[in-house]
Amino acid sequence: MKAPRLTDTTLRDGSHAMKHQFTREQVRNVAQALDKAGVPVLEVTHGDGLAGSSIQYGFSRTNELDLIEEARNAVTKAKIAALLLPGIGTRKELKDAIGRGIQVVRIATQCTEADISQQHFGMAKEMGLEAVGFLMMSHMRPPEFLAAQALLMESYGADCVYVVDSAGALLPDGAAARVRSLKEALKIQVGFHGHNNLGLGVGNTLAAVKAGADQVDGTLRGLGAGAGNTATELLAATLDRLGFEHDWDVFGLLDAAEFVVAPFMPFQPIPDRDSIAIGYAGVYSTFLLHAKRLGQQYNVDPLDILVELGRRKTVAGQEDWILDVTLELAKRKDKG
Amino acid sequence: MSTSPINKVKVAILGSGNIGSDLMFKILREPGHMELVLLSGIEPQSEGLARARALGINASHEGIKPILDDPEIRIIFDATSAHAHVRHAKLLREAGRIAIDLTPAARGPYVIPPVNLGAHIDEQNVNLITCGGQATIPLVYAVSRVVAVPYAEMVSTIASLSAGPGTRQNIDEFTFTTARGLEVIGGAKQGKAIIILNPADPPILMRNTIYVLLESEDVDRKAIVDSIEEMVTAVQAYVSGYRLKNEPVFEVRDTPDGRRTLVAMLLEVTGAGDFLPSYAGNLDIMTASARQVGEVFARNILGLGK
Repeated sequence: MKAPRLTDTTLRDGSHAMKHQFTREQVRNVAQALDKAGVPVLEVTHGDGLAGSSIQYGFSRTNELDLIEEARNAVTKAKIAALLLPGIGTRKELKDAIGRGIQVVRIATQCTEADISQQHFGMAKEMGLEAVGFLMMSHMRPPEFLAAQALLMESYGADCVYVVDSAGALLPDGAAARVRSLKEALKIQVGFHGHNNLGLGVGNTLAAVKAGADQVDGTLRGLGAGAGNTATELLAATLDRLGFEHDWDVFGLLDAAEFVVAPFMPFQPIPDRDSIAIGYAGVYSTFLLHAKRLGQQYNVDPLDILVELGRRKTVAGQEDWILDVTLELAKRKDKG
Repeated sequence: MSTSPINKVKVAILGSGNIGSDLMFKILREPGHMELVLLSGIEPQSEGLARARALGINASHEGIKPILDDPEIRIIFDATSAHAHVRHAKLLREAGRIAIDLTPAARGPYVIPPVNLGAHIDEQNVNLITCGGQATIPLVYAVSRVVAVPYAEMVSTIASLSAGPGTRQNIDEFTFTTARGLEVIGGAKQGKAIIILNPADPPILMRNTIYVLLESEDVDRKAIVDSIEEMVTAVQAYVSGYRLKNEPVFEVRDTPDGRRTLVAMLLEVTGAGDFLPSYAGNLDIMTASARQVGEVFARNILGLGK
């Protein structure tokens, strides 16, 4: 059986763990290694998508458009993708990114808000791009609900829609049920993007593939938000062992993870105390480092901050509420 | 023809949707120097028109026509759509009427009541920017009138239920327009705007976070805080649910341009609940600002000062 298409997002989701400090050299080396190992799509953008460089999410050290161009020049076969979150990035930045060489755009909305993406899909298709929809925080809604949102993206011109487990909160059955529901409803392809907060990055992705996922995501060494992403090299090895036909070089990916990415990683994301709390409470994985920083600054336990953010049903991109909740918890502590 | 009290200016609302209806309730509750004489839509069966009639307000489904037919109507609030306002703006200008535009059409200058309304009091068409702009630009201005602001960023989080199809289909325009407003009126050299829709149930109140970067690490914090507090009070005079959740937070941050002082302001806007639910502070601040602009224009027409 044919393997799902692999998209590596080390150079986008990995940007969170790097606090958006990627250099041109790192991007060039990672892109070359992934291209050589046969990964067909590489995503390169600020962690929060085009125009994500901000006080809210962290400023990029190097302009993401320069990094996109660097990656495009480094590859021979792989396509370069960018992420776009309507509300943060706009068609202006999308156009700029197309000018610098992206061939795929992944358009991400909170899983209840697909109808804010119509103008961006419209432009992507008009300009001849492959357009992929990203339903973030998919654990927050049941399978049938997600399918209805995915249908909207399909109607706007999406070529594929992903179930995105931004919080790393799904369990294998939940991941499979959501992918299956989209597969039944859509004519286009369906993808799955996993995080490892509950230690299920690979497990959930394999369940999604079994349920029919046509595209899956990973990052080398799991470099990414929260406890990190599904590791690309692990996924490549396990899908190979399951007998899928594929074009990637498993050992080449092991080398890329070990010798290209690991040396520059500031830390190895793992399901530690605070990351597990993210998966358990169902909050956006990128909140991890912000909660740790503010927790330290205001002497509040990051775990308490993350759990409270989950209770308030925060969604993708609401990093400013971390400060809000931290200040409230600090005040409560003073009084208590 | 009904006679208008001598100290009132006749006004009309174009658009019988949620925004037009909420504005109608606001003007009826607090008419000031305005007399609301007409609510005009284009849908005969509209609930908004029925509501107006039930309140004794003349209602029409003939759009701008009855407004153009009545020269006594001096001020028109347009709560239709950007597309419709482009046409309305031209017709109203030719008829010598004043248009207060709640759509994103931006045919006239942007106005924020406590910041720059006085400078545009003789315009025939003024625009209210965006809900996020009405909420956050005053606070950026409050800082920039004390110290130079090279960069300002706002993040608006609104309840999904309060974002209508117009906002959803044109979300980029919110971003562009609000960022531009932070610069042109807020006084920031560079502005950035982010909008997030949150589907939580029960719906969240409108929340805005304003970040301002200052060039120096050594700033007069007290002067900045005083200016911010003064501005919050000025906005509260016409948007009762406008409040900072915390004292402004000062931090020193590394940025691509070096070490900078960051001022973070956490703002909450609770709607007055005139017609729209109180969580929809984003819509309330638009209608409350529109009413305030109308009142200031009405006073000016009556020669009661600017």
